[in-house]
Order: sequence, then structure tokens, then C-alpha cells
Amino acid sequence: MNRLPAWVDYGLIPLMNLSLAFGVTAIVVMLVGENPLDALTVLVNGAFVYEGALGYTLYYTTSFVFTGLAVAVAFHARLFNIGGEGQAYIGGLGALMVALAVQDWAPGVLAIPLCIVGAAAFGALWAFIPGWLQAWRGSHIVITTIMFNFIASGIMVGLLSGALMRPGQSNPESFLFGESARMPQLHELLAPLGIEIGRSPLNLSIVFAVLACIGVWLLIWRTRWGYALRAMGQSEPAAQYAGVPVPRMIVTAMLISGALAGLMAINTVMGDQGKVTLNFPSGFGFTGIAVALMGRSHPVGIVFAALLFGALFQGGTELDFEFQTITREMVLLIQGLIILFSGALALMFVPWMERRFARKVAT
Amino acid sequence: MTCLDILLVFDSTLRLATPLILCAMAGLISERAGVVDIGLEGKLLGGAFAAAAVATITGSAWLGLLAAIGASLSLSMIHGFACITHKGEQIISGIAINILASGATVVASVALFKRGGQTPTLDRDERFSPIELPGVEAVGDVPWFGPFWRELVSGHTLPVYIALASVPLMWWLLWRTRFGLRLRAVGEMPAAVDSAGLSVTWLRYRALIIAGVLCGIAGAFLSTAHGAGFVREMSAGKGYIALAALIFGKWRPWSVLGACLLFGFLEAFANRMQGTPLPVIGEVPLEVVLILPYVATVILLAGFFGKAIPPRALGTPYRKER
Repeated sequence: MNRLPAWVDYGLIPLMNLSLAFGVTAIVVMLVGENPLDALTVLVNGAFVYEGALGYTLYYTTSFVFTGLAVAVAFHARLFNIGGEGQAYIGGLGALMVALAVQDWAPGVLAIPLCIVGAAAFGALWAFIPGWLQAWRGSHIVITTIMFNFIASGIMVGLLSGALMRPGQSNPESFLFGESARMPQLHELLAPLGIEIGRSPLNLSIVFAVLACIGVWLLIWRTRWGYALRAMGQSEPAAQYAGVPVPRMIVTAMLISGALAGLMAINTVMGDQGKVTLNFPSGFGFTGIAVALMGRSHPVGIVFAALLFGALFQGGTELDFEFQTITREMVLLIQGLIILFSGALALMFVPWMERRFARKVAT
Repeated sequence: MTCLDILLVFDSTLRLATPLILCAMAGLISERAGVVDIGLEGKLLGGAFAAAAVATITGSAWLGLLAAIGASLSLSMIHGFACITHKGEQIISGIAINILASGATVVASVALFKRGGQTPTLDRDERFSPIELPGVEAVGDVPWFGPFWRELVSGHTLPVYIALASVPLMWWLLWRTRFGLRLRAVGEMPAAVDSAGLSVTWLRYRALIIAGVLCGIAGAFLSTAHGAGFVREMSAGKGYIALAALIFGKWRPWSVLGACLLFGFLEAFANRMQGTPLPVIGEVPLEVVLILPYVATVILLAGFFGKAIPPRALGTPYRKER
């Protein structure tokens, strides 16, 4: 068996795939008549340099960490949870329901954790059904999660323009979160301590995102459950033979995955908008797929990938302002290319690399 | 509801089902050959944009149609390159194509037309116009059959008829030709086809070429026949509904057609009923009706009525040597 050195497998190949994606993007930028280097400068300035830009970048990064982890946890069991979008959406509903129930009497220290649990629980619930159907009825998780994205969106439109619609609104959006159920923003938290940071929607959720990363790492690589999960991902029959209760593992993995996706809502809904709006996950659930693929389903990789996408997303807004012919959809294009090159075409360079770098390993 | 109303609902069913039928047939041939096609949505969107853009620039709907087929075909070939040639994960490749298409169409549209992602509205002669079938005048006065012929059968655009023709064609191709037999074998047991001396790769590529062409026609229908120009995200999940119809029809052409018509009817009926309360359940929001196809597919997949058995080699790249 040939094995590639780690620096090739985890360093060189991902880097080559990423450069291909950006190379194609540069060509597209040239085709629409702009200079790719100028665009890159604007993007980097927009993402890191301008006042408050870093805050926005980290705010988006937080969302991507949650949706990326969600995809990664399921992926370790070879389950494709592409329903992160719907799970995040329903997670927002969960946070809202809890908030409406408790915000009038509970103080922030109680209301916020309860809302977080609500978001995670509803997200988990939305992943539970596809997971259960996969485990016990054999229906394909990819198809069911796709369908559940659409079902979630239909239900939410119905609710946001119906029962949960705030009176006096012309657009479908929900009741407001009370003060006690809002995630404090970092610039508010740090101001009393004398630390001034620019205004941005960056909020306490980023701390929870870090905790989630550590939690996932511990769970996948430091527990018996995680070992069983990875074993199942490598070979389901072998895991079953070794006594892993496969259907139950599928359901639990999906529950955790859905809960993580649902947590994305605490960042956007509780941390920024203070209400549930129409289609608030706005594709971040799908971006989670790109994040997990790029991050090789490892929390450390996911943090870096999420930061890259956060920067792209925030910098993309700046591109919109600066250039007439470049819009933020350029970021969507980059995202598609990254999924293509570091996901679908991930193996493209492997045979070539194996010829150059592989060492024979006794099997 | 009068008789004419019902005819009009069926008429609109046919129009709404057209992109579904074409995409579902594309998915059918691709999945029968063992390649999962989540990318129907992206190919449809790419086709819709290319058709509208080229029709705007050249003034010809026919060139638009060609461009749509070209765009959709290229996306299909990217899919093939990733998952047939490089044995990549088919689902990931499909997702990549969908996201790529939804980004690239807006980027290209802004660069070309500077209208925030839309293309200019097309004139009548830049679109496919309704085709009046012969005999509409002659049978017009015949009760029942006259209105049926005039309202429902006649007066659709070319892609609608192509869609309807694609179903028997697909059935004939897959079940009555040697190519079809081999194609289905590639989806069930590629090793057997390989050992018979046929190229699994080339067979699968041919399936994807046909799928690309069909999705392109569907895209042209959206922007140059049904609509009059491209709007961002105008495919609006139709590719996914087609995927649902494909599963709902259990990968068989006639059942898939039935599923597409059923899903099209649901939408047509919901459009028609918008604002009018139904007996017993009261007024139903359009969005709730529109999720029914997805709910139905989930229930079917769960095996609660009938069993949908996909082609056996679906989703697994073929490796010659081990």
C-alpha cells in the first residue's frame, strides 16, 4: 500500500486544490473586465482592514464553524447531511419559541442558555427524522435531507407570514426577541472594560463556537462513541461485526449534527437580527459542506476553512460596493469551485503525487 | 369551478410540469447509468441563463436554445469529469454544480447586462411562441373535444411538446435498444458490462451527455418560452422536485411522468386556489401546498407505500482494477 507523507496529504494537495479554485476565479474576474489583484486587495481590506471589518468576518466565521461542524460530524459516519440549511432554519424557530416562552420572566443568564438549548433541540429534531428514516427504513439520507430543507422552508414561510408574524409588518418576519434573550454583542460586552472594538454583530456565540469545536474534537477522537462512529464510517459491516449498534449510531450522529446546525441560529437570530426573518440561513448551511470538505472534517481545519469563508463573505460585500461588475455572487462561484476542486476532484492529484512522494508501507 | 376552469388548471399543469419532466428524464438516464444527479437544479439554472442571454444578444430563441444546451452540457461534463474520470463523490460534485451555477449565472448576468442579475425582457419574436395545432378551427365547436383540443392540447410552446415526446423516447431508448440495455446494465453491475468488453466510462458519459441536453431544453423553456428573460434563482428548486419525481416514479419513465404531472398539478391547483378557502381545512397558504411533493417523496422513500429501489450501482464509481 502506498502512503503519502502527511505534509503532502494535508498540506500540498489541499493547497493545490484551493489554488485551482482561486485560479479559475481569477480568470472569471478577468473575463468580466476587472483586475484580479485589485479585487483581491479590496476583498482583503474589506474582510480584515476596515473599521469593524474583522468583527463582521468573525461573525460570519462563527456561523460557518457551526454548519461546518454539523456536516463534519455526520461525515465521519459517511452520512451526508446536506440538510444543514433546514436544520438551522428550524433551529431559529426553536430559539424563538423558547424566547417567547421565557423572556418575560427569566433573566438573561437563564433565558440565553434556554434559547440555545431550544435552537439545538429543534435543529436536532429536524435531523432526527431523516436519520431515523435512514437507520430504520433505509431511505437515503441525502434525498431526505434535501426534501427536509424544502419542507422546513415551506413551514417557516407559513409560520412567519401566519402565526408568528409580528403585527404591523409587511414582510414576513417574527416577533422580536426580548432584551434578555439576545446574545450580547462583543462590542457592548467589552466597552465597560475599557476595550473599544468597532461596532459589528460579532457576539458571544463565537465563544460557543469555540466550545463546540473542542467538544466535537473530544467526542470524535477521545471517546469510545467517536471511535465507533469513525469505525462505522470506514466500514459499516466491520463496525456492526464488532458490536456497534449501527442504526442507533446513525440516529445519534444525525442528532448531534442537526443540533450543531441549529446552533447557527443563535449567532444570526439571537446575536444579530433579534428576530427570525425569511430564509435567514441564506445558504450558510450549504457553505458548511464546503467548510467541512476543506477542513477535512477536523475542527482545526474547519476553523481555518470557516475563517476563509467568513473573509470571503465579508470581503464579498465590499466587492459589491467597489466594483460595478463584481457582485457578492462571485463568492458563491468561489464556493462552488472550492467544493468542486477540494471535494469532488479531491483525488485528481493523488495518483500523480503518489508517483512522486509515496513511500511503500507494509500492509 | 366550471369545466373551462378545470381545463385551464390542467393546461397550466402541463406547463408547470414541463421543466420537471425534462429534468426528471435527464435524471432518469443518468441514474439508470449509475451516476447520481443532484446537479439537475444547477444545469436547469445554467441553461435558463444561457438561453435568455443569447436570445437577448442574437434575437433568436433557437440560438438561445442551443446555448442553453451548451451550458447545461458543460456542467454535465464537469460532473462526468469529476465522478466518472476521477471517481469523485457524485453527491459533492452535484452540490458543487448547483452552487457554481447559482453563482456563475448572476456573475455573468451582471457582467453582460448590468441589471442586478436579470436579463432584459425578451420580445415576442425572441421567445418560443405557442404552436397552434392543426384542426383547432375545425373541431372548435365539437362539445367536450373542441375545448379539450383548443385549450389543453394545442397552443403550447415547443419545449412542452419536446418534454412530452421525451418520455416515450426515453422508454424506447432504455428498454428497446441495445444501447439502453447496456446503459441499464452499467447502472446495475458495471463489472459485467466491462467484462463484456464495453467501456463503462464511455457509456456513463453518453448518459450524462443526454442528461445535459435535456436539462438545457428545460432551462430554455423557463427563460425563453414560459418566462421572458432570466431572473436570478429562477429554477427555484424545480431541479430538486424533478429529483423527487424521479424517485417517486421509481426510476421508470411512465411513472416518473405521472409523478411530474402530479407535482405540476399540485402547483397549478395551489396557484388557482390561492386566496379561496377550501372546504373543511379553510384557506391553505401556497407554500404549504408546495411542500407536498417533498413530503410525499419522503413518505415513499420510507417505504410506507411501495418501495423505491434505486439502480444497484448508483453512486459508486467504477474501478477497473483493485
